[in-house]
Amino acid sequence: MTLAADRVVRTAGGHLVLDGVTVDCRAGATIGLLGPNGAGKSTLLRVLAGLLPAGGGVVTLDGAPLADLPRRVVARRLAVVEQQVDTQVDLSVLDVVRLGRIPHRRGWAGESAADTAAVRSALAATGLADRGGQSWHTLSGGERQRVQLARALAQEPRELLLDEPTNHLDIAHQLDLLHLVTTLPVTTVVALHDLNLAAMFCDHVVVLRAGRVMVAGAPVDVLTEDLIADVYGVRAVVSTEDGQLHVRFRRAGAR
Amino acid sequence: MTAAPTRARTGLRYAAGLVLLVASTAVVITIGPADIGVGEVWRTVLAHLGGGERVLSPIRDGIIWHLRLPRTLLAAVCGAGLAVCGVVLQSLLRNPLADPFVLGVSSGASTGAVVVVVLGVGGGAVSLSAGAFLGAVLAFTLVLVLSRLLGGQLDRVVLCGVAAMQLFSALTSFIVLTSADAETTRGVLFWLLGSLSSATWTEVGVCAAVLAVALAVCLGHGRTLDAFAFGEDAAASLGIRVARVRVVLLCATALLTAVLVSSSGAIGFVGLVLPHAARALAGAGHARLLPTSALGGAIFLVWVDTAARSALDPQEIPVGVLTSLIGVPAFVVVLYRTRSRR
Repeated sequence: MTLAADRVVRTAGGHLVLDGVTVDCRAGATIGLLGPNGAGKSTLLRVLAGLLPAGGGVVTLDGAPLADLPRRVVARRLAVVEQQVDTQVDLSVLDVVRLGRIPHRRGWAGESAADTAAVRSALAATGLADRGGQSWHTLSGGERQRVQLARALAQEPRELLLDEPTNHLDIAHQLDLLHLVTTLPVTTVVALHDLNLAAMFCDHVVVLRAGRVMVAGAPVDVLTEDLIADVYGVRAVVSTEDGQLHVRFRRAGAR
Repeated sequence: MTAAPTRARTGLRYAAGLVLLVASTAVVITIGPADIGVGEVWRTVLAHLGGGERVLSPIRDGIIWHLRLPRTLLAAVCGAGLAVCGVVLQSLLRNPLADPFVLGVSSGASTGAVVVVVLGVGGGAVSLSAGAFLGAVLAFTLVLVLSRLLGGQLDRVVLCGVAAMQLFSALTSFIVLTSADAETTRGVLFWLLGSLSSATWTEVGVCAAVLAVALAVCLGHGRTLDAFAFGEDAAASLGIRVARVRVVLLCATALLTAVLVSSSGAIGFVGLVLPHAARALAGAGHARLLPTSALGGAIFLVWVDTAARSALDPQEIPVGVLTSLIGVPAFVVVLYRTRSRR
């Protein structure tokens, strides 16, 4: 038990977005959040990150309510990569990654050796070692995503929350990114659309629909043809080859 | 922040900026109808600080010590303060077009000033500056309360500020047009456009003290402001207590702006353009950006005010008019740059 949500409720505009969601993250595991658009994946991630307060229920970090912990302490434990962030400020890749050290720095002190090392290894891990000087505004969507991941890694978190991190990435970078975050010694919660990627990289998946957990468990147990038809309303063929689960979709109207 | 300069080089830059500011002050004091040399300025200042004999006639001494020196120092303080407020608000509100007046402070001040001067509220016991300050604080409080009621996010703050600006500008126009005679209108108009001509040592002291406090608060939040680059959520996930920082920095900048506006009127565009110029020079990191903006704003306004009082001598141009004449083309460049990024 590291990060956990217990019967979390969240309303927005009188509408229940999360309706009693319980998620428990095993240390070091990769947890996938699945579900159609509007199921509450992003909201759940933001509540888990402490960016949105839970209207009911509680989010805990090592058993302590997240809302009671100082923000700075939380930021040293838990890093977030949100979808599609942008800035007006003219920053280099290095500047953005350095932001990740803010929770670790104190007072007027300059950058410490630990700061420099964390930034360097975050850049290296995301394949950006030689891109530090490039301007954020000249980066493609996928490159920006990787820079944000590098910034999150520079925080040296033990919990990493990612909201559809593979958006904008080509297939090679999708595989690289998920391989990287799943092999890091951190607990990862990742919202995903791609069921095959979820099956490949997640230890545990949580399927949300209309703010409720429909089913949770190992991908092989959860991702069945019936569930996909039920949750997403599409017909699919699920097969297992070489111990790997594959989901193939049928065209709408095909028999 | 590209190619981060070393600490020594940054220190050298600040030293150069300070020397330039002091030299500018000494030089502009010699400019004007009464012919005075730099040496005379130094000796007079030293004499007043207790380090020597007064060498000039009382009139020339008074011109330096009671007219030109406080005016130049007030220009430096206002320029520095407006530029710092501009930097902080542009970063916090994530809006490159934000300036110190975006929170409705200047329009509130103008309404306060005309209520005192034109309507005679306070019966002469309340000065124009005090009225302006009260108006500014009232307008800012209104913006803060209104934006809190609307959810408190920073985009709401901008919208409420713009609304307050419109409201108080309309009130000011209404009062001036319905109640003021031609002479009062001219006087009020001159003040509204920004003028340092009535600078006194008291005003210099008050403004400098508030600037020192506000600058210290902002510098203390330098890294916090960096964290706002990707918005409030990103800042929160980097460990920033967003709601608290928002209130502290908005109040610090609004109070500083209110104090500056009540002694000098609404000098426009310094707070909008100088931060952009300083960013080009010092990069986006606030630890360097804030001092650079303060120095740049001070030097800029010292020279523009000198031009304003001497270009059409003996007639004086309101300094706000001149900063805008320079500021508008720069504003267009800012707009163009933000456009080309999208």
